[in-house]
Amino acid sequence: MLSRVAERIYWQARYLERAENTARLLNVFSTLLLDLPPGTKLGWRSLVEITGNEIAFDAKYKQANERNVMRFLMLDGGSSSLLATLANTRENARTTREIMPLEAFEQINDLYHYAKDNAVASLSGGSRHKFLEEIISNCHEISGLMAGTMSRGAAYSFVRLGRSLERADMATRIIDVGSGNLLPDIGTGKRQAESNEPYENTLWMNILRSLTAYQMYRQHVKHRVNGEDVVRFLLQDDDFPRAATHALTTITKVLKHLPKSSEAAKQVDKTLLIIQKANINKLLDSGLFKYLDGLQIEIAKIHQSIADTWFLPHK
Amino acid sequence: MRVNWKTYNSGKFFDEIISTPGFARKPARRLASYLASLTHAELLEKKRAADLAIKTMGISFTIYSDAGNIDREWPYDIIPRIIAEKEWDQTSLGLQQRLRALNCFINDTYNDQKIFKDKVIPKELVLDSTNFRKQCMGINPRFGVWAHICGTDLIKGDDGQFYVLEDNLRVPSGVSYMLENRRVTKRVFPELFENHSIRPITEYPAQLFDTLAAISPRQSDYPEVVVLTPGVYNSAYFEHSFLAQRMGAELVEGGDLVVEKDKVYMRTIDGLSQVDVIYRRIDDMFLDPKVFNKDSALGVPGLFQSWVKGNVALANAPGAGVADDKIIYTYVPAMIKYYLGEEPLLPNVPSFLCVDKVQRQHVLQNLDKLVIKPANESGGYGMLIGPQASKRELAEFARRIKADPRNYMAQPLISLSTVPILGEHSVEPRHVDLRPFILQADKTHVTAGGLTRVAMVKGSFVVNSSQGGGSKDTWIVGDK
Repeated sequence: MLSRVAERIYWQARYLERAENTARLLNVFSTLLLDLPPGTKLGWRSLVEITGNEIAFDAKYKQANERNVMRFLMLDGGSSSLLATLANTRENARTTREIMPLEAFEQINDLYHYAKDNAVASLSGGSRHKFLEEIISNCHEISGLMAGTMSRGAAYSFVRLGRSLERADMATRIIDVGSGNLLPDIGTGKRQAESNEPYENTLWMNILRSLTAYQMYRQHVKHRVNGEDVVRFLLQDDDFPRAATHALTTITKVLKHLPKSSEAAKQVDKTLLIIQKANINKLLDSGLFKYLDGLQIEIAKIHQSIADTWFLPHK
Repeated sequence: MRVNWKTYNSGKFFDEIISTPGFARKPARRLASYLASLTHAELLEKKRAADLAIKTMGISFTIYSDAGNIDREWPYDIIPRIIAEKEWDQTSLGLQQRLRALNCFINDTYNDQKIFKDKVIPKELVLDSTNFRKQCMGINPRFGVWAHICGTDLIKGDDGQFYVLEDNLRVPSGVSYMLENRRVTKRVFPELFENHSIRPITEYPAQLFDTLAAISPRQSDYPEVVVLTPGVYNSAYFEHSFLAQRMGAELVEGGDLVVEKDKVYMRTIDGLSQVDVIYRRIDDMFLDPKVFNKDSALGVPGLFQSWVKGNVALANAPGAGVADDKIIYTYVPAMIKYYLGEEPLLPNVPSFLCVDKVQRQHVLQNLDKLVIKPANESGGYGMLIGPQASKRELAEFARRIKADPRNYMAQPLISLSTVPILGEHSVEPRHVDLRPFILQADKTHVTAGGLTRVAMVKGSFVVNSSQGGGSKDTWIVGDK
């Protein structure tokens, strides 16, 4: 397989996963609003921070309110908006059409056109919910199509690498936000006062939902939803597909089927160790942000190592 | 309202479906009566379904404009064009004969130059062509074939006969649209297929692969065949990707290839992997910055030398375009007689060469009645249609012809035949041409039909998709 094609397939899978996650994130936080006491300020800015695009946002908007943030993340937030992510998915799919299943491109193409034609009319209210649900279910359909029709060769390996790394990355970002100042009136990252507990729990429940993790969490953790268990679940669970540990373990398995993969495998092992050794209880008291920042750097290094090995050889 | 063939009138033009208002020609009778059983609203519904299918399938082409490149959905008319099997078989023989002669000519030009010595074609005309590549002298590609893939444009005149308008021997495009048009017709008009015996066209990608595999320098069961594209911003990128996919070949860009010790390799996740055959969709001048255009970022340094050494095959071969020149075109009937000792089966459109003094005089005196074409443009650019030109345009072309007579030829304005298209309110006649594709290596193949291009604007003769042309599925139909 051509290096350039491998790179595009990898990015196509990452962008598709990112589009799904972004759509779910926006949907979940729209519903979260409904659960909070009237007048509670929601830290909309945190949503922008998840995507790491604060500078572009500030250049465009003065105020981080629902309307602006939604508009930014759905439509015009540069490369990180939902629409741009889908456009990038399509562009990478368009340039790998000769490798990917024909129907995969057709569906990605359809999804992009759907988003482009409907995004503006779906910025608020009930139509937004329907729109985002449609995007999510289409992303599922496309992933399912690839799983059901692609031979387990190099192309599919790069699909899995892209998807898994994006999941690991997203899990850490979401924990970052959940433990941060999404609810500036309530949360500070430290253990909450008794009186705030119901809302804190609502928040963590929605964090789980944004990764479709709520149901699986209930089945596996048994405890009522609380910050410590949620963070542990999303970081260290080996069975839940969107937990960082599971995503990274998947990468380890995929790497075994690719040539020259030892460097990348070493970096994945190193990252896994950092996750497994973490004392979540202690980190929640202090140091979680710093820890997550460090973790994200390690995840970025996995990407770098994949790129160095397969995407830019001989250069 | 139902489709009414009595009100359909192509005027003085030859219509391929309706001979006189109300009466269909024999091969098209079933189609005509089927269409007459539908209402206009039903047809418009089919058209909407077709447009949607094209959008979903992502069948697109790119238009270059000042405002940037626009990716457009492929324009398609739902009514198929019908050609009788018997007529096509004869045409197809003519096309094969033509490409065989053209390849003899190219090989002769770069080797013995017998045709010049025998004074059949003036040597300077050929060596002056901007598509002549002196670097190719003395090279002998496998089977003596330089142009492996040819797209020949045919038109039908008032007499209902096919004429050759031009041969495209460089990087002819359109075959993917021919294949996709059939797929769309099958999706939206399946019932039409029931009553016809239509030649399938699906073999083309396999034939193309066989043609390319046949010229591989390394004779193995699995030669590495790749399609070389200028990249995603090229107007025919869709086609490059389509053909690579259908052949199961890698689609490469210049940056994916590297030359080491006169062998061509592609960069893969396993390291370098040798390439045997390159179906290149890049013009000669951009192929290799070491030999041709030095600023080319699309090509591969050292590629030409690997080809000269016989370590990699290029299709079409560099320099094949020397026969794809509107001046050389006028000599093709002479080539057929000279190399094959046969009478041409397909006629050329009568042409006047401006480089000849007597003919030039005739052209200059009749500019307003003729079509003037530059020798080396494609896509309908740089042309003058005399009867539709302003006085200023006529004067400008007279000046250009006098300044550079070698670069111009003229043809009478041929009245292209018409076929029905689905218009806003009724079925209406529009002018068409046809581009079949011919393959040659150890064997020759001709597509069953080809890409029909149609001028969607009433009365227009301009069929190019870059200038508002549309397209049609083309059916070669048997008697049964």
